[in-house]
Amino acid sequence: MSRIKEKFVELSAKKEKALIAYIMVGYPNENATISAVRGLIKGGADIIELGFPFSDPLADGPIIQNASTVSLDNGTKLNKFFNIVKKIRKETDMPLILMTYTNILYHKGYSKFIAEAKNAGIDGFILPDMSIEESKEYLASAKNAVDTIFLISPNTTKSRIERIAKLSSGFLYLVAVYGTTGVKIGIQNYTLNAIKEVKKITKGKIPVGVGFGVSTPEDVKKYIKAGADAVIVGSAFLKLIEKTPQNKLESSIATFTKSLKRQTIQT
Amino acid sequence: MKYPKDGRFGEFGGKYIPETLVPAIEELEENYLKFKDNKDFKRELDYYLKQYAGRPTPLYYAKNLSEKCGGAKIYLKREDLLHGGAHKINNTLGQALLAKKMNKKRIIAETGAGQHGVATAMACAVLGMKSEVYMGYKDTIRQKLNVYRMNMLGAKVHPVKSGSKTLKDAINEAIRDWITNVESTYYLLGSAVGPHPYPVMVRDFQSVIGEEIKVQMKKISKTPDIVIACVGGGSNAIGTFYPLVDTNAEIIGVEAAGKGLKSKYHSATLSAGSKGVLHGMMTYLLQDDEGQITETHSISAGLDYPGVGPEHSYLKDTKRVKYHSATDAEVIDAFLMLTRTEGIIPALESAHAIAEAMKVAKKSKKSESIVVTLSGRGDKDVEEVQKYLSKHVKN
Ligand SMILES: Cc1ncc(COP(=O)(O)O)c(C=O)c1O
Repeated sequence: MSRIKEKFVELSAKKEKALIAYIMVGYPNENATISAVRGLIKGGADIIELGFPFSDPLADGPIIQNASTVSLDNGTKLNKFFNIVKKIRKETDMPLILMTYTNILYHKGYSKFIAEAKNAGIDGFILPDMSIEESKEYLASAKNAVDTIFLISPNTTKSRIERIAKLSSGFLYLVAVYGTTGVKIGIQNYTLNAIKEVKKITKGKIPVGVGFGVSTPEDVKKYIKAGADAVIVGSAFLKLIEKTPQNKLESSIATFTKSLKRQTIQT
Repeated sequence: MKYPKDGRFGEFGGKYIPETLVPAIEELEENYLKFKDNKDFKRELDYYLKQYAGRPTPLYYAKNLSEKCGGAKIYLKREDLLHGGAHKINNTLGQALLAKKMNKKRIIAETGAGQHGVATAMACAVLGMKSEVYMGYKDTIRQKLNVYRMNMLGAKVHPVKSGSKTLKDAINEAIRDWITNVESTYYLLGSAVGPHPYPVMVRDFQSVIGEEIKVQMKKISKTPDIVIACVGGGSNAIGTFYPLVDTNAEIIGVEAAGKGLKSKYHSATLSAGSKGVLHGMMTYLLQDDEGQITETHSISAGLDYPGVGPEHSYLKDTKRVKYHSATDAEVIDAFLMLTRTEGIIPALESAHAIAEAMKVAKKSKKSESIVVTLSGRGDKDVEEVQKYLSKHVKN
C-alpha cells in the first residue's frame, strides 16, 4: 500500500480527515522550505505537497506564480530539489507529493523522472495540465511506483469523473472553484454540491480532496462538513512564508497548521 | 492531415489542459465540427471576408524586387492589404462568428504584435460583441500604436507583467482568465497553437490564403515553385502551406533568428528547439536542459514566441517543409529593400519571409516563381525600425 493510501486508512480509523499542505520548494530559499516543512510536521499536517517551479504555471494565480519565479531565480534545479526532498524524507515518514507541470516530466522522460522522484522519497504526482487523454505514458511509468492524482472540476461530467477516478490513485483532487490557485471568492454553493456529487459517484473507492482558494480554518470546516476527505491549502501558506522572518517561520507555520488541522478532527 | 480526430499531427498536438477547460474545449470542437461545413455559416463568413475584410487579396508580381535579386520571379500574397493590416482578420472573423453561434457574449484574446488584438477588436465590434485582450507589457510599449487602436475599437487591453512580458505570458494570462470565466467566455486564439482543436481550426480559417494562391498562380502559369511565409505561432504560414502541401512546390517557413541562432536571443523554435509541452500542445519549444521555457527575442513582437503550431512540428519532422530563419539585421535590410523598391512597407514579421525570398531568388532561375506571403503591413513598426536604425547606423 502506498504511503498516501496508508495515511487515509490511518486517518479514517481515527475519524479524522486529511490536511494537505502545499509549499513551493526554494521559496524564498532552501532554509525557509526546511523550516516550513518542520512547522507543518509540528502543526500536524497529514500530507505535504512540494511544488517544483515551472516557468509557465498557467493554472496558478499570482501568489504561486510569484513563488515559482522567485524559486527559479534562486536557482532551484531538479538536483537541488531532489536533495531537499531527501532531507525532508529523513525527517518524516509522511506522504510527499510532487506538484509541477507536465513539461518538466516530459522533458526528462516520464519513467526516468518518476524513478528519480521516487528514489528521493516522493509518493505521488499532481500535474494540473495533464489531462487523462494524454496520460498513457505517464500512467504506465507511474504504475506500481507512485500515485497519480488527477484533478476534476465542478463542471466535470459524471461519466468523466468516473473515468478520471479510475485512473487516479492516492486521492482525487477536486478543484473547488472556477479559477486559478489562490482565488479568494469565498465558499460557493456549487462547490459544496460538487463535493456531495463527487462523493456519491466515487462511492468511497477513492478519497476526495478539495483545493484552490482554501485558506482559513472556517473554509476547512465547511468543506469537511460537506463531505471532503481532505483539504489542500497552498497559497495561504506561501503568504505566511512571505511575511514571516526566518527565525519565526517554523513556529508560525506550526501554529497556523494546528488551527487548520483542528477542523479536520471530528468531535 | 485533413482533420486529426485524435487531435494529433503525428505525435504533435493533443490537449494538455486543466480539467476546468475540458468541457469548454469539447463544446468548441463540437460546434466547430457542426459549423465548419454548414452552408449558412460559410456564406456568412464569406460575406464578411469579401465585403468587410477585402478578400481576395492580390497576388502581386514584385517586378522591381525580382530584378534587384536577379533570379526567380517574386510574387507577394498581399495579406497586408486586408482590413486591419494583417492576415489575422481571416481567423478572427471565423472564430468570432463561431462564438456568436455558440451564444458567447464575452471574447478574450492574446496578442503579440497587437495585430491579432486589433483584428479581434474589429471582428467583435462589427459582430456586436465585447472583447478583452491580453498583451505582454513589453509589447504594449513596442507596439503602442496597436494598443491605441484596440482601445478605440472598444477592446479592453490588459498589459501582462508576468514572466517575459511578451506573447507567451499573454497566452498564460488569457488561459487563466478562461479558466476563471469558462462558462461565459470564448477564447479567440490568434495563431495555429494551443490545445486541439485550435491548431486545426485556425489553419482552416487561414487556408483561404493558400487556396487563393493556388487559383491565382494557375492564371499566371502553374503552381508556384517555391512558397515562403514567416512563422511565429505559424498561422499565416500554415494557411499558406496547407493547401499547397500536395503540390510539388518547395515550401519554406522562416523563423526569427534575432541576434543569431548561436546567441540566446532568438525565437527560432523549429530550427533550434526540442520537443515539449506548453499551452496545451506537444510541439517544438525553446527550453532549457530541465524543461523550463526560455525567454525569446525578436525584433518583431509577433514572432517573439518560444513555441510553434504542432502541424509545423509535424511538417518539419516529415521533411515536407523546410524551416529557415532570418536575423534582425537581415530583416531590417529586407524591410528597407521592399519599402524602397516596391513602395510597400511590410510588417517586421513579414519582412522575415521577404529576407528569405531575397536569398532564395538570388540562387534560383529566372523561369522559376516564388510566392511570399506578406502577412501584414508595417505601419505599426516604423518607430521600432527608426529606433533600430539610429542605434545601428552610428557604428
Ligand atoms: C503581420 C504578422 N505576421 C505574422 C505574425 C505571426 O503570427 P503567425 O505565425 O501566427 O502568422 C503576426 C503576429 O502577430 C503578425 O502580426
